[in-house]
Amino acid sequence: MPSLASKNQSAPARPRPRRPAPALIFGDLWEFDPAPETADPKIKSRYDLFINGAFVAPKTGVYFDSINPANEEKIAEIALAGTADVDAAYAAAQRAFATTWGRLPGRDRAKYLYRIARLLQDRAREFAVAETLDGGKPIKESRDFDVPMAAAHFFYHAGWADKLEYVAPGARVAPLGVVGQVIPWNFPLLMLAWKLAPALAMGNTVVLKPAETTSVTCLKFAEILQEAGLPPGVVNFVTGPGAVGAAVLQHPTPAKIAFTGSTAVGKEILRVLAGSTKKMTLELGGKAANIVFADAPLDQAVEGIVNGIFFNQGHVCCAGSRLLVHESVAAAVLAKLKNRLRVLRVGDPMDKNTDVGAINSRAQLQKITALVASGVQAGAELFQAPGQLPTKGFYFRPTIFSGVTMSHRIAREEIFGPVLSILTFRTVDEAIEKANNTAYGLSAGVWTDKGSRILKMSTELKAGVVWANTYNKFDPTSPFGGYKESGFGREGGRQGLLDYAQRL
Amino acid sequence: MVVSSPPAALRRLFDAVGTVDAVGIDERVAKFTTRSIKKSSKVWGLKKAVSMVDLTTLEGKDTPGKVASLCHKALQPHTELPDVPMVAAVCVYPSMVRFARAVLGPDSPVRIASVATAFPSGQSPLRTRLAEVKAAVSAGADEIDMVINRGAFLAGEFQVVQDEISAVVAACGRATLKVILEVSELETYDNIRAASFLAMRVIRPGDFIKTSTGKTSLNATLGNNQVMLEAIRDFYLETGRAVGLKPAGGIRSAKQALQFLTAVKETLGDAWLTNARYRFGASSLLNDLLRQLEKERTGAYRAPYYFSDASESY
Repeated sequence: MPSLASKNQSAPARPRPRRPAPALIFGDLWEFDPAPETADPKIKSRYDLFINGAFVAPKTGVYFDSINPANEEKIAEIALAGTADVDAAYAAAQRAFATTWGRLPGRDRAKYLYRIARLLQDRAREFAVAETLDGGKPIKESRDFDVPMAAAHFFYHAGWADKLEYVAPGARVAPLGVVGQVIPWNFPLLMLAWKLAPALAMGNTVVLKPAETTSVTCLKFAEILQEAGLPPGVVNFVTGPGAVGAAVLQHPTPAKIAFTGSTAVGKEILRVLAGSTKKMTLELGGKAANIVFADAPLDQAVEGIVNGIFFNQGHVCCAGSRLLVHESVAAAVLAKLKNRLRVLRVGDPMDKNTDVGAINSRAQLQKITALVASGVQAGAELFQAPGQLPTKGFYFRPTIFSGVTMSHRIAREEIFGPVLSILTFRTVDEAIEKANNTAYGLSAGVWTDKGSRILKMSTELKAGVVWANTYNKFDPTSPFGGYKESGFGREGGRQGLLDYAQRL
Repeated sequence: MVVSSPPAALRRLFDAVGTVDAVGIDERVAKFTTRSIKKSSKVWGLKKAVSMVDLTTLEGKDTPGKVASLCHKALQPHTELPDVPMVAAVCVYPSMVRFARAVLGPDSPVRIASVATAFPSGQSPLRTRLAEVKAAVSAGADEIDMVINRGAFLAGEFQVVQDEISAVVAACGRATLKVILEVSELETYDNIRAASFLAMRVIRPGDFIKTSTGKTSLNATLGNNQVMLEAIRDFYLETGRAVGLKPAGGIRSAKQALQFLTAVKETLGDAWLTNARYRFGASSLLNDLLRQLEKERTGAYRAPYYFSDASESY
């Protein structure tokens, strides 16, 4: 970066200054008092399965604990579904498709979806607190992003429900029938909305399994479905670990399955379903490149990098986990990133000032810890934000690695945590080559003042979403999905809706 | 080819100091407004804000009597709250400096700031502007708030802008200088950042850059405050020279003041949370700060007439 101070550029190297380099002090002169969100999440002590419009005890008779990752305290018992329960859920869904939902005109389905969206908005604060309690994400994110965005997806698809004759010009569309869906733990309520809203708008009925560690908001959402008067069996929730998900996905009934989760599980699903006529949508992992060119406004790029990797503790499949920065500004960007990390507030997710909350589970924390250890061992340079972490609960410091090469594990494997790997490049072609040198292809970011370069990059990058001078922006109208091992099919927008339809 | 055109000159300056993405800045500052500042941290912030106020009256109708009452308010903002600090300074026109000095005395802890250089437009011959600065200093001003030559800046004549600031620095003597960029007339964040650097390169450590005169439609916002904070930070890390910032105009509520202070805390850090490096150019802000402090003390809001009047300026 050219010198900011002198009027004459390219001055000769100055003699080494005697004083230490100027540094900023981010201390405790003005510490913020705790500001906990205190709304009642209204969580029951025990949740049953939601089948055919009612809460029913699992035939296994077994319940498992859901804990708060911020302090490891139990918050509720969740029913463990068996194969008999999954059978019952699919039977209810099939009945509802044949008798009620599949025959309902689109405008009537729209009424239900609008009602659901409004009920969710009415109870937004309660749901935000429940989401943070169960998943560990900062309350400001569940309050300002997850819950409003979930409601927005229902509103958007409600708008489509009575206009489906226009969704695919030249073709008539019809629902597929019963759909099986399995969602991850990083955005429990939002992923549920992404899956349910288009399926219901198109006229399908659903069996959905939430993630084992984050079932609470899904089951609270069942209360909203009851309140909205949704016909029984249109939506069914079965809960439990991966085995229940496998039962949902491998069941003979569904005409389509939709899965969001890890690439390893996605591959297993493909293997099992190969040769069947089922439609599929897979939204899997990512190792996105966030590419910063020398002409980018650096402070705003740094803000985008931070938002890209530390949003939701990095538990984001499209997280910008690889930073590719032009070598001429690499030192400047690293220095700015370090100062930005010093003012990120890590801690109690329920505090309104927390920027980075708790890691979702002990297993995930162990995975992140192991991958970071591999980065240190491989010789990458580590920087972590200073400050105290809570003694109980699962926390990991926001971490950046500089001096990373493409062969390091931290540059190849999805960490799914608050860990950024920084690589440099010299030419545009090198940036493209490095960005595409991954098995994944979900998202990418480009930071530059030059519009033509944005267009070139978005053409060359093999990624489903390319953000320009911003990152992690979502909208119900915008399709989202991947290339290569990041999966196929789209969610959101007209494209996402059509993935739940058959063309006649 | 047209290397001397204003756009070319600006582009060279942008290349040297970097540009700003407006959407990104506005997103960044929106995060400051979601900080929840409660209890003792709120009281600390409110008191700190009081100590950073440049209590201002800049009206054609100002009188020695009004300036005197402003000075008394500056020394003792609210009699019911004896532990509230004095404000940093009073800010008046040059002709009012001697009346302020007469009230505050020779060694007052409240400093006297005077606008000068044909405030707010700056449209006078340089000789006249410098004479005004010298007159204000000799009448007893501790600080001079000058305006830059915006016309020259927008015409790409950066040397003129900097030479004029240098001349004012010389005329100030020991007085602290605050350089008003008048951000609403610079129009873009890129220009605000560039003008900040032009000024910082010729002023002394401990001098200030300042957003606005308060005499135009758009004054201090979190956005242009942030652009200038980041310019100060980059300049400090590069040179070790610490420059202060004074947002002025439009900051009327305690809530706004706490948001501006949060921006300082998270951009420049603890060393700038002092009135030696950060000021609020304001008048009605002071009574809202006091009102909030009273609310923290007693648990109830008091009526506006309970607090003594300061002035009607911005």
